[in-house]
Amino acid sequence: MSSEYLVEVKDLKQYFPISTGFMKKTYLKAVDGVSFQIKAGETLGLVGESGCGKTTVGRTLLRLYEPTGGEVLFNGEKVTAQNMLHLRKEMQMVFQDPYSSLNPRMTVEDIIGEPLDVHKLYTTKEERRKKILELMELVGLNAEHARRYAHEFSGGQRQRIGIARALAVNPKFIVCDEPVSALDVSIQAQVVNMFEDLQHKLGVAYLFIAHDLLIVRHISDRIAVMYLGKIVEIGDADEVYEQPKHPYTISLLSAVPVPDPNTARTQQRIILEGDVPSPMNMPTGCAFRSRCRYATEKCAKECPPLEDRGNGHFVACWNK
Amino acid sequence: MQNENNIPKKNPLSLQMDLSKFELASEEEKAQQEVMSESTTFFKDGMRKLMKNPLAVGSIIVLVLVILLATFGPMVVPYSYDEMISIDGRRDKRAKNLAPFTWSETEQKYIDEGGELFPHILGTDELCRDYFVRVLYGTRVSLLVGLFASLIVLVIGLLYGSISGYVGGKTDLIMMRIVDIIYSLPDMLMVILLSVVLKETLGSAIEGTVFAKVGTNMLSLFLVFGFLYWVGMARLVRGQILSVKENEYILAARAIGTKPGRIIRKHILPNCISVIIISTALQIPSAIFTESFLSFLGLGVQAPMPSLGSLANAAREGLQSYPYKLVFPALMICLIVLAFNLLGDGLRDAFDPKLRR
Repeated sequence: MSSEYLVEVKDLKQYFPISTGFMKKTYLKAVDGVSFQIKAGETLGLVGESGCGKTTVGRTLLRLYEPTGGEVLFNGEKVTAQNMLHLRKEMQMVFQDPYSSLNPRMTVEDIIGEPLDVHKLYTTKEERRKKILELMELVGLNAEHARRYAHEFSGGQRQRIGIARALAVNPKFIVCDEPVSALDVSIQAQVVNMFEDLQHKLGVAYLFIAHDLLIVRHISDRIAVMYLGKIVEIGDADEVYEQPKHPYTISLLSAVPVPDPNTARTQQRIILEGDVPSPMNMPTGCAFRSRCRYATEKCAKECPPLEDRGNGHFVACWNK
Repeated sequence: MQNENNIPKKNPLSLQMDLSKFELASEEEKAQQEVMSESTTFFKDGMRKLMKNPLAVGSIIVLVLVILLATFGPMVVPYSYDEMISIDGRRDKRAKNLAPFTWSETEQKYIDEGGELFPHILGTDELCRDYFVRVLYGTRVSLLVGLFASLIVLVIGLLYGSISGYVGGKTDLIMMRIVDIIYSLPDMLMVILLSVVLKETLGSAIEGTVFAKVGTNMLSLFLVFGFLYWVGMARLVRGQILSVKENEYILAARAIGTKPGRIIRKHILPNCISVIIISTALQIPSAIFTESFLSFLGLGVQAPMPSLGSLANAAREGLQSYPYKLVFPALMICLIVLAFNLLGDGLRDAFDPKLRR
């Protein structure tokens, strides 16, 4: 059974139990009914402010957390705890912090070789070494450094090691969890370009999680905007950027710094009022209504569904 | 607008630096800029620091000497620990409570007649046994007890703590409450009770085996270490694992599909091994101390096997006439315990990442 989409997420929910006193429990709704699809070789950018559940979506997708509800289909096959081990060869992850995502007691060779060991992807020691060196070359690392430890590398190089580790099993889909936000700007460009090159060479699909909107626009084919555990807008990258429909997306995009002072002066920055509501105590109806200038009574009663506004551009808002 | 060195010519009105005033760096100078420390492992780095610590090096030397002496000393000395001095097959009753490097009258006569005897380096005890050999055997027993007790503690504590810390949740809660209960048991009382009970029950069962030589008292000591003393180690390991577990490389390993056993072995334990080594090193002197203390109370090894504690206890009776008999075993205990403690401190200074820089 195969389908048009490589990865299909249907109504994914992830609640974390929080004890609020003796024998009392409430749930933190980190991800609350998220659905999206990714085609093979495509990049979906996932943006949103801190704490809106982007990282949780990525991790739940790979079953690093057991989802509370909903399902994930990979190539039309339902992902369960049982078949996850062989699906881990197809779905991989690149982490945010290149300093804590590499074991300081292992050499680069062992870090990149671990997925090969776990999935037994080699028969001889020479084959293992050859594969590791190929991977290092693929991500632009000097093969002479295979015996070194992670702390001897710079941030950008460490992120390359993390990418090589993800690529070792030849995955079709990689979750990139803010892979460049810990790097400085010049290195960010290098690493982002490398992600693109690898996509051209290997045809992998990405779920690219970030909060830097310009980078997301650069790399993504489609973009999903999240707010408080829900997707509020999803569509083609250019479409979302040029014609944002959801009031949250509009204000988010108005916050992007413009490198030209003349344009920046004329641009109006939409400043949202109030704070993000606590995900433990969400407003009724639309999650965004407490900060939305267009909020009506209907917004307080019902949660708006994601509706097609043409061209595969979906928006969750009652205001048309 | 470029000269032969490929440097753009400076506009005289510009405030920029004049590049032609600078020289190009030679290859050698460029190489100097590359600051890349030599690739060292964590272990090598720690050892290098340890070797710079004079106290630690001193205690390593002392320990090696003591271990060599305890291992090979009894082979060189022709007397055995339970052998009463005899000349020509006849018991020498006068070789009692001899001072170091002296002979009894019978022995002196034998030497005068042309016989050769090994000197009593530390004299003899009240049962005409060579004291030097007995002290060496006592050291052996103490070292073995320290080593084995620490090993028992290490193995049980490591397994228990890593399971509790890694699995977490309810399992962790229950396992740690068990630890709390065990912590509240009085350890000395347990040793004394167990040795009494074991003497009754096991006394006949272990007759003729290796255990008989060790004695039920020693067995109960080991059992108590196995039952009670591992809790400190388990707590320590659990705490370490809880803090290491939060790192992203553990999540990365799980994303790869690594099994929990391998994650603990390859990722978590190597990152908390230094703390474990240090606390094991500090556990050895405490075990030796406990053993000496129990032997002093008469709950240690089975007679005639000596231990440093029982030797000290025996020396108490003749303290006024033969004070050296207390000094030697006491000195040995002090040396071993002090050396292990200083070594443990040195290990901590060298390996604990929190104390670095």
